[in-house]
Amino acid sequence: MSDLIQPLSESTEPPTALQIKLQRRSRWNAVLRYTLLTVVGFVMIYPLLWLVGASFKSNAEMFSSAWFWPKDATVQGYIDGWKTSTPYTFATFFFNSMQIVIPKVIGTAISCTLVAYGFARFEFPGKKILFAILIATLLLPDVVTRIPQYLLFRELGWLDTYLPLIAPAWLAGDAFFVFMMIQFLRAIPREMEEAARVDGANTAQTLIFIVVPILMPALVSVCLFQFMWTMNDFLGPLIYISTVEKYPVSLALKLSIDATEAFNWNSILAMTVLALTPSLVVFFIAQKSFIEGISTGGVKG
Amino acid sequence: MGGDSKFLGLWYVAPYAVGLLLFTAFPFVASFYLSFTDYNLLSSPEWVGTDNYEKLFTRDRTFNKSLSVTLTYVFMTVPIKLTFALFIAVVLNDKLRGINLFRTAYYVPSILGGSIAIAVLWRYIFAQAGLINMIITAFGGEPVNWFGDPDNALVTITILRCWQFGSAMVIFLAALQSMDKSLYEAASIDGARNWHIFRYITLPLITPVIFFNLIMQTVQAFQEFNGPYIITEGGPLKNTYLLPLYIYDEAFKNFDMGYASAIAWVLFTIIMVLTLIAFWSSKKWVYYAGDKRD
Repeated sequence: MSDLIQPLSESTEPPTALQIKLQRRSRWNAVLRYTLLTVVGFVMIYPLLWLVGASFKSNAEMFSSAWFWPKDATVQGYIDGWKTSTPYTFATFFFNSMQIVIPKVIGTAISCTLVAYGFARFEFPGKKILFAILIATLLLPDVVTRIPQYLLFRELGWLDTYLPLIAPAWLAGDAFFVFMMIQFLRAIPREMEEAARVDGANTAQTLIFIVVPILMPALVSVCLFQFMWTMNDFLGPLIYISTVEKYPVSLALKLSIDATEAFNWNSILAMTVLALTPSLVVFFIAQKSFIEGISTGGVKG
Repeated sequence: MGGDSKFLGLWYVAPYAVGLLLFTAFPFVASFYLSFTDYNLLSSPEWVGTDNYEKLFTRDRTFNKSLSVTLTYVFMTVPIKLTFALFIAVVLNDKLRGINLFRTAYYVPSILGGSIAIAVLWRYIFAQAGLINMIITAFGGEPVNWFGDPDNALVTITILRCWQFGSAMVIFLAALQSMDKSLYEAASIDGARNWHIFRYITLPLITPVIFFNLIMQTVQAFQEFNGPYIITEGGPLKNTYLLPLYIYDEAFKNFDMGYASAIAWVLFTIIMVLTLIAFWSSKKWVYYAGDKRD
């Protein structure tokens, strides 16, 4: 709108009644928008603020006020929560989470790059069908494959190990990531790759030295999403991991709700804050690539 | 790339093909088969024909309840979430200073979204002595029994998922920002009111992303597990006992794999049918500008 008004108001003629009306309307409009956005934003963020504040409150103070800021800040909740009711501390559970997250992210990055490269740059028999299946599986609810997957991993003797959580990622199990990288690759011209091939590089060399560097932004967002999704995954570990010693953070948190007395809130809230911290840190470091990733690919969440 | 064998590309997609067979195709077929069996892990699956399905639809009250709760949940959550996401996206879609700050603030809950920690937080926010009731009483209201009252319990989960409207909003916003501004300007000069501009210009042009969000959110809502598992534990009186919870209990607590597979297939069929209806009806309401390739 402003583009149109600008040239008119720069001319020597006095502004017309319509222009004044439009300008006034747009100023009011902006005030209204800001007010609304601020109120909604506050409501959105307040539960998180309260969570962080309450984790530093004593249990006595917890129920006295809805205001998030603690009067007498204490780290007792963190000390009690960290110890847990089990023989292990949250250090064990974070370490366990990393044992799942790191191999899974690496496997996702490697397998999705290979597969996306194959789809985006080659013609081969059955490609159309395979790609159609890839798209269809984007919409396939996990619920329908979960039970036989469990039976398969049970046959393999993988129950109560991290393998069922990791192995599918090494075989490009998240169709969404493959799809996202194919879309990214398709938008990139092939000249550099063709030049490399003319100079005698084989396809693997072209992939490693030409395509991967170009693909880096997409690869980073794939890794970030996979990191957060895996860190936050609950149902997977719930089904496959049964020994407390092997629990990742998500299961440990559920365990601490069950084990803590009714009004001992601050230790649970403190561990909730810690459980969210890795995701929040990753998000704020890389929020630009997150939001771009979601706008181009369209992510669940 | 001329000299390469035509099978070269297959090598690159081989990991996906193998994974697809092992972890998707085989389980997909196997779960359909299992749904016609009785299988408790101790002996091998025993064929029982359509018994599981007959039991589900004629004698299983838990299933009845669970199905109706699931449908209520989905049809309540998805429209509210998408309407809100679209509304905020429209408000944000202007040359406002600080738009990125707002966009981030709205997006954070989505990012933390499925996290179990957020479900734990919700449990404490809506508890009898929790934040929401403290705020209500601070304003002079009566505390609400969120988890004890069957009507309220499901609402807490809906509120949680609507709180995570950010990812849908970011997709709407991207679509709004890529729209041709001259259309608005022309309409505005012609004296069209904001609502009319929205209704007759904006809305038709973003139907493709509405369609996309609608499908993704619906498929996701039908699979809601963490919320009811952590926040309400399916209760009270199974009023938040969504189908994924029932499937989980049957499969991994009672080890009744055949019956659980049958429930999973009913859920899958519902999702499929709704998705197909959406695709079929999209010809009538989704507007694609120009010719669309790929």
